[in-house]
Amino acid sequence: MSTTTDRAETATTGAPRPPVVRVSVPQRSFNSELRAIKIVWRRELIRYRSDRLRMITTLVQPLLFLFVLGSGLQRLSSGGTHGVNLKTFIYPGILCIVVLFTAMFSAASIVWDREFGFLREMMVAPVRRSSIVIGKCIGGASVAAIQGVVMIILAPVVHVPYNVVMIIEVFLLQLLLAFTITAFGVMIAVRIKQMQSFMGVMQMIVTPMFFISGALFPAAGLPGWLTVLNRLDPLTYAVDPMRRIVFSHLSISLLAKRALDPGITWFGWHVPTLVEVAIVAAMGLAMLGVAIWEFSATE
Amino acid sequence: MALADNRQVAAPDSGAATPAIVVRDLVKTFDQVQAVRGVTFEVATGEVFGFLGPNGAGKTTTINMLCTLAKPTAGEARVAGHDAVTERDDVRRNIGLVFQDPTLDGYLTAEQNLRLHAELYGVQSDLVMPRMQQVMEMVGLWERRDHVVGTFSGGMRRRLEIARGLMHSPRVLFLDEPTIGLDPQTRRSIWSYIRELKEREEITIFMTTHYMDEAEWCDRIAIMDHGEIVALDSPETLKAGVGKDRVVIHTDDNDAAIAALRETFEIEAGVSEGAVTFGVDSGEEFVPRLFAELGIPIRAVSVSRPTLDDVFMSYTGTTIRDAEEDGTKHRNRVMMQMMSGGRR
Repeated sequence: MSTTTDRAETATTGAPRPPVVRVSVPQRSFNSELRAIKIVWRRELIRYRSDRLRMITTLVQPLLFLFVLGSGLQRLSSGGTHGVNLKTFIYPGILCIVVLFTAMFSAASIVWDREFGFLREMMVAPVRRSSIVIGKCIGGASVAAIQGVVMIILAPVVHVPYNVVMIIEVFLLQLLLAFTITAFGVMIAVRIKQMQSFMGVMQMIVTPMFFISGALFPAAGLPGWLTVLNRLDPLTYAVDPMRRIVFSHLSISLLAKRALDPGITWFGWHVPTLVEVAIVAAMGLAMLGVAIWEFSATE
Repeated sequence: MALADNRQVAAPDSGAATPAIVVRDLVKTFDQVQAVRGVTFEVATGEVFGFLGPNGAGKTTTINMLCTLAKPTAGEARVAGHDAVTERDDVRRNIGLVFQDPTLDGYLTAEQNLRLHAELYGVQSDLVMPRMQQVMEMVGLWERRDHVVGTFSGGMRRRLEIARGLMHSPRVLFLDEPTIGLDPQTRRSIWSYIRELKEREEITIFMTTHYMDEAEWCDRIAIMDHGEIVALDSPETLKAGVGKDRVVIHTDDNDAAIAALRETFEIEAGVSEGAVTFGVDSGEEFVPRLFAELGIPIRAVSVSRPTLDDVFMSYTGTTIRDAEEDGTKHRNRVMMQMMSGGRR
């Protein structure tokens, strides 16, 4: 402490001073908002890079589901999977939930920032609140997508061969899902003042969302109540196309494909993949809108 | 870019013409409680202006309204020539803020924190580094720029926050209790930065404090109590205005002593920290008369020249420390008054 103070003293009283560097803050413009979005986004990446523990912790659960549940239930389920390894079947769902967990964690940083005061620094800056929210969402989406890539790399381990088209499609869908989930998380986080409450709320929302989505089972021939819940779960519309992408690049029997990738139906109507993707995108934008509106309303 | 350059030239002119801060009848009410009860003051460009008062006097609420973080219930506030309510962004572009509570990102390095600030405020890219070096050197943290802020001590963080608040060359720098919770040595160094800053840059400094000794550094101070400004002038003038020596006597019966002082000398005394305290024009000459005429045993006596503490005492009838302890009681009292539709 004292050494730094001394240094400061000598620095200020020594030698002739250089002229003061005066800067000025320009009027708000499209460019200044872009700059704000970019720096908020970059901050998320810097923090992710310095937080090695988070990289690992958000992967633990998905990996447990994939390898422990996948291996453990293999024998029980072998009759229903038509020779397909259970891990291979679960894999697309895991590609989604790794994004789900990471994106929710990223959104939590808003609560964190509020608790530790940093949010205030952003709130008083001469930029739109929407720029901060958009930067957060893109940042969260980027981090989640990076975690998703780790999962993509594991494909051969679960008998899914690498394929460039598949990898690109999976990555893009993960990116979209990551954005939507982050927007969803931010929408909730803006209202919550304490990290503990957010973690609680997150558990309450994330776990059911993941279980009901069909990440671990085919979404056909379910009991009525579960079918209804499944069709209402937003994650369903990401898991289903994800499974289609992965399965379309597998060489398995048509029977197995039909049983394991039945697709989503609304009252008997087969929902096309593009519509599913559009649902995820539309929800993402809608929740981003709500998040921005909420964030702008806070004093 | 051209736009930015224009502003750079225009700013000092308009700054000299208009006061840095103009506040008129500013009121802030939270639910039933009036935290700020209609304050009016002006701060000239280049001034170091201090808001002095106990915790809960309304200092932070006032500062929050000035820097657009809270909307006034009534009244007007103009900062750097812009209205704090209708021209929020213009105010924000021209002010730097150092809050009571830390607002740094502990996971980032000092440099990353300042860069983030520069980007949020849209500082010209080619000036970010030179400006950063300047403000960080001023607070003696340039060598530490690559360190993660989480490893900094409380004093270093505060200094870094001051540097960050200056990154965008604000015309008005708000410091809300900049030295609270810091050790005396760090407090001194922070004050030397503030004084140096005033010498070097065309900047107005608005700060709150509840340390009397710090208020002495200000060009002018406003004493705030119970949401109102009770005195406003330079520390010297305020002290001269009290114009009296401060006499403190310890007796066995304070109430009797106060009554006797009133009857015998027509002096209104108060109790501060368990001792009877009052002001007289010439303390040394008064003490012999006191012993001769009071008629109540005095155990100890002390005489001192006026300090800001006495100024505070003469305007509020209490010392700042007693006022702090009373703060919660006062808030309750205000609440009661509000509910019963009392005095104000």
